[in-house]
Amino acid sequence: MPINYYIFLSIALFCIGIVGVLTRRNAIIIFMCIELMLNAVNLLLVAFSKMHYLRGVAEGNPSAGTEGQLFVFFIMVVAAAEVSVGLAIIIMMYRNIHSVDVNFLNRLKH
Amino acid sequence: MKNFLDIVFLIPLLPLVGFVIIGLGRKYLTKGLIGILGCGSVLVSFLISIWVFTEVRNGNNYVANYFDFINVGNLAIPFAFQIDQLSSLFLLIITGVGFLIHVYSTSYMHGEEDEHFGRYFSYLNLFVFSMLVLVMGANYVIMFIGWEGVGLCSYLLIGYWFKNTEYNKAANKAFIMNRIGDLAFLIAIFWIISRVGNVNFQDVFTHAQAGKFSTTDLSAITILLFIGATGKSAQIPLYTWLPDAMAGPTPVSALIHAATMVTAGIYMIARSNILYSLSPVTMNIVAVIGLATALLAATIALKQNDIKKVLAYSTVSQLGYMFLALGCGAYVAAIFHVMTHAFFKALLFLGSGSVIHAMGGEQDIRKMGGLSKHMKVTHATFLIGCFAIAGIPGFSGFFSKDAIKDAIFASAFAASPIFYVLAIGASLLTAFYMFRLYATTFRGRFRGTHEQEHHLHESPSSMTVPLIILAILSVIGGYVDVPEFIAPGVQFLEDFLAPVFSSSRAVLKTNEVSHQTEWMLTGLSALLTIATVIYAWWRYSRKPDMEDAKGFGKLLQHKWYVDELYEKIIVRPLNALGSFLSEVFEKTIVDGMVNGVGRLVNYGSRQLRLLQSGQVGSYVLLMVVGMLLFFVFQFFLRK
Repeated sequence: MPINYYIFLSIALFCIGIVGVLTRRNAIIIFMCIELMLNAVNLLLVAFSKMHYLRGVAEGNPSAGTEGQLFVFFIMVVAAAEVSVGLAIIIMMYRNIHSVDVNFLNRLKH
Repeated sequence: MKNFLDIVFLIPLLPLVGFVIIGLGRKYLTKGLIGILGCGSVLVSFLISIWVFTEVRNGNNYVANYFDFINVGNLAIPFAFQIDQLSSLFLLIITGVGFLIHVYSTSYMHGEEDEHFGRYFSYLNLFVFSMLVLVMGANYVIMFIGWEGVGLCSYLLIGYWFKNTEYNKAANKAFIMNRIGDLAFLIAIFWIISRVGNVNFQDVFTHAQAGKFSTTDLSAITILLFIGATGKSAQIPLYTWLPDAMAGPTPVSALIHAATMVTAGIYMIARSNILYSLSPVTMNIVAVIGLATALLAATIALKQNDIKKVLAYSTVSQLGYMFLALGCGAYVAAIFHVMTHAFFKALLFLGSGSVIHAMGGEQDIRKMGGLSKHMKVTHATFLIGCFAIAGIPGFSGFFSKDAIKDAIFASAFAASPIFYVLAIGASLLTAFYMFRLYATTFRGRFRGTHEQEHHLHESPSSMTVPLIILAILSVIGGYVDVPEFIAPGVQFLEDFLAPVFSSSRAVLKTNEVSHQTEWMLTGLSALLTIATVIYAWWRYSRKPDMEDAKGFGKLLQHKWYVDELYEKIIVRPLNALGSFLSEVFEKTIVDGMVNGVGRLVNYGSRQLRLLQSGQVGSYVLLMVVGMLLFFVFQFFLRK
């Protein structure tokens, strides 16, 4: 499959993520949109990794393209950590103001 | 016995040790001990100097390297002393006259408290040390150390009575005027370093002799050095500090402001003689400035009524004479005059100190008169000093002034006849004001208060003995260099100094003057001098100047209003600029900038604070916008 498809798919996912973060007020949905963006990037990394691997094998270098996959693992680990912290924040937010609407969360400026 | 050159460093070191001991122990030492330490250290230096002098006479020249004073990159400046004819002669003058003045000071300053007595002697020893470093230094930087040191001591000693504001002002004036000259000296040193690569006299002079300096460089260096000399040696335009420097104790005036420090400029030019000989432009400037100073100061001295002021202007005038000699290439004559001047001017100052001492601090000659009856030794020695400075034949001043006048006449200067006439004029003025001073002070009847008359007495022997020694030197000092046309073969000084000036002699051209002409000129000027002396003596013993002068005399009495002129064109504008800067520039522009920065930060942060709304959505929006801008910049705008 040509690399272009993956790139377009990733851009589409990423834009959906951004628009979701910007427009939605529900913290959980914002959270999911962030995950969407992260995975768009992951997808792109894996796609490029595969592409470089195929080209590397053709040139006699079987270890080409591994960096992309390494980054993906990093991002997954960081995302997992972020999810745990983020969900904890959302739970604390719900306990305090009985809502997950971020517009109620404007007390950050004080 | 060991080589004499191994101990030359003791000559400046001993006064330095004396300075440290007296300076630190001034509260604990008695006056007797301070006097012995102060005089003793200089006396030992003097004895070593005599030894050095005899060795140098036998033809020993030497540069003693002690350690690297500065060693940076390609520039190496050693701490080195140069022992040759010129410096050994100056060593004798400085330590010899210095010793006599130290002895004199022990009784002149006896009325001071122990602590201040010690302070005085420590300064005096520090001065002798600095002056010795100045003349012994084998390069311009070591010379500059001594140069600054004597300036400092001059400042300290002028302001010795520091409770008097006027005296402090005089000290400041001396220091600041000297600084102007020192700056020029310093620039000259840098210039030399940039052209030659080091500052050792020998290297610089060899460089000059080989013709490696461009004319511009040589003129600039010599003019800058000369500006340095005008500060230290009180020449136009920087001479006004010297008369004010009379605020210091009289022995200080004798040692620093007549006999030694003020001749530093002459020493420096004589030392650099080859640079000057190769630069005719500067020679002309030096001669013109010297002559102008000699005349200007002599005219001012005609109408001064303070005994020390008259002597101070006379010093300025004689220094001008020496510079005139330097400018005509008569280096030996200039050094000769430095030497005789050191004797008779020290004598005159110490004599005036003796008079002031007897008069209970009175310095106005209008209140003196008839002192010859009360102070026999002071009177006789003062008279000898006056004869010497006026140039009466047979006294030392006659020979040195004659040497200068002959040199002017013989120099290849286009205007030398005019210079010659003006130089004779200056020397006649000198004879006139000196005998005006003498007659007003010692002749006629006493014009002070009854109490003062009762108090009049001859000074103690520690003051009169130096006077007598200096008087003897003032008489015989001239016979070291009798003019050739009078007695061929008695040119000891000229022969002695010949190696120092040999390279200049090869460069400078002089006209031959026949012996008959010289006899005639010398005879004429001697006759005129004697006539002037007799006239002044006769006129002022009968009727001294009691009223303030009028008309032209008033102009002279007010020193041609030079101080007022400087006040108007330099001090006032500088003060105005200073107050403008402190009142207007400082308050509006500097403070405005500082306060403006503060106000800008305050205002800006108040506006920026509005961005922090607390809305998560707006933060994210800003973040995305920022990222987009970043991408746009990165991919489309960057070249």
